[in-house]
Amino acid sequence: MSTSIDFLLWVKGPAFDVALAVFILGIMVRLFEVLMLGRKPDLSEARGSTLGPGLRTVLTRTLPETGSLKRSPFTVIGGYIWHIGFLICLLLFIPHIEMLNATLGIKWPGLPNHIVDAVSAVTIVTLIAMLVDRLLHPVKRFLSGAEDYLVWVVTFLPLLTGYFAFHRMIDPYPLVLGLHILSVELLMVVFPFTKLMHAITFLIARWYNGAIAGRRGVQS
Amino acid sequence: MAATTGLNKTLGEYLRERGVSRRGFLKFCTATASMMALPPSMVSAVAEGLEKTKRPSVIWLSFQECTGCTESLTRSHAPTVENLIFDHISLDYHHTLQAAAGDAAEAARETAMHENYGKYLVVVDGSIPLKDPGFSTIAGISNLDMLEETVAGAAAVVAVGSCAAFGGLPHASPNPTGAVSVSEIVKDKPVVNVSGCPPIPTVITGVLAHFLTFGSLPELDALGRPKVFYGNSIHDRCYRRPFYDKGLFAETFDDEGARKGWCLYRLGCKGPMTYNACATAKWNQGTSWPVESGHGCLGCSEPDFWDAGGFYNALSIPDSDVSRNMGYGVAAGVLVGAATGLLNRKKREEAAAKHETVTINDLDQSQ
Repeated sequence: MSTSIDFLLWVKGPAFDVALAVFILGIMVRLFEVLMLGRKPDLSEARGSTLGPGLRTVLTRTLPETGSLKRSPFTVIGGYIWHIGFLICLLLFIPHIEMLNATLGIKWPGLPNHIVDAVSAVTIVTLIAMLVDRLLHPVKRFLSGAEDYLVWVVTFLPLLTGYFAFHRMIDPYPLVLGLHILSVELLMVVFPFTKLMHAITFLIARWYNGAIAGRRGVQS
Repeated sequence: MAATTGLNKTLGEYLRERGVSRRGFLKFCTATASMMALPPSMVSAVAEGLEKTKRPSVIWLSFQECTGCTESLTRSHAPTVENLIFDHISLDYHHTLQAAAGDAAEAARETAMHENYGKYLVVVDGSIPLKDPGFSTIAGISNLDMLEETVAGAAAVVAVGSCAAFGGLPHASPNPTGAVSVSEIVKDKPVVNVSGCPPIPTVITGVLAHFLTFGSLPELDALGRPKVFYGNSIHDRCYRRPFYDKGLFAETFDDEGARKGWCLYRLGCKGPMTYNACATAKWNQGTSWPVESGHGCLGCSEPDFWDAGGFYNALSIPDSDVSRNMGYGVAAGVLVGAATGLLNRKKREEAAAKHETVTINDLDQSQ
């Protein structure tokens, strides 16, 4: 007889091992593929350094660009809200930090649970609003493919199931906790093979843009 | 235990005989009503119902169990109204407590069933083995046969303890006896699960008081447990909860956090998945309860708590050695990634080698 506890034990046991293996292997393979493509040697004389402008661009491109903020404030502001909200829920929720501490031995201070709870509610609502906008906006809908919707689903599910687990909205508790962990495993498996990889590759891309500009001696 | 006082005496008469004052009785009724989450206006109904109730016949069946549930109930505490109510029921059959033995004991059960057909309560502790009837027998009768026979004329069945409610320890993997719970066998009678290993004494008296007062069973949750006692999780009612919310955890049983009474989640506390009244009703006359005494909740009132991944493993933390697996993952990823990268380079070089330059003259000629 399969019980909710059996389900939880499977999810945090063998299923987690598989998801972690796919996640790590996938990321490494994708990164190596990108990095080993290499560039043709630049034979021109360097007019400036690459490191400083590269790092600076990583930071400056995190800030909103005025043009797109004016043109589509909803996309930009909504994007900020849910990205920051997602990171707060992922990295500053105390049980998550405890999980990392128990498994990897790393820890940092978290936020009180009730604050993360409020942030998660805002994040969930914003993500739904972003999806509705994507579906209603003719240009966005035209530009969206299956992958975009898949990526939305796997990002949304951990937040939703996490919210359900925290508020015990599904009984029994091991079931909802198992569903939450499973949804994260789904995210981990999908992550390396979709545009979710931007969570890592944005660093490379931004640094490269800044570094090229720095080498040419132009403002990045 | 067999009936010595007249079956016709009401509970009110019985309690007065034993020196319980009207005030004491009403205090108990108020406490019972509030415990069962009834509105204050129901106190008089509880008092009236209990006052007039006749001694109900109770048959207690013990199957694959350890007698811990009986210990919990009978050794609850010094004489209280709860105790007297427990004494007041006509416990016509109970292996451990009855004086009769052998044929006389079985005769007592049969008499009680016959005389109170359709009205008696059956209390069961212990699970029922289905693999081989010989695993557990009483007077040569298998547990399954005795349960089916006894329940046939019962008004209701109370499954006391996690073994009777969910299979408990005998049901734990690999379940060698094929143990099942009472509710897996009894389908045509109301069954109340009073789970716990053992359950809190007040909870069983509460269920009995409800049955005596209203002649019905209290509202039950999805697992057949009275909602009034199993409606909240240990975690949500735990006095250490603020430490969980602040991220203050005891890492071992004797570190600074443990001494300061911080949350025991990291030490395997199953409070978040467990529904019971320990945090509010407490044990030993309200003295303490497991978490208060410094040990995490084992989740003993939940199904299959024995198989919930170890008493000292935190509920949500993966079982495997994550940092080691990540190391393997990175090492394997580097190898596979390097191989893919080399393959891509080779492809590019091959493409470059195959590339034929075409001049404008070649194009002119080909036309």
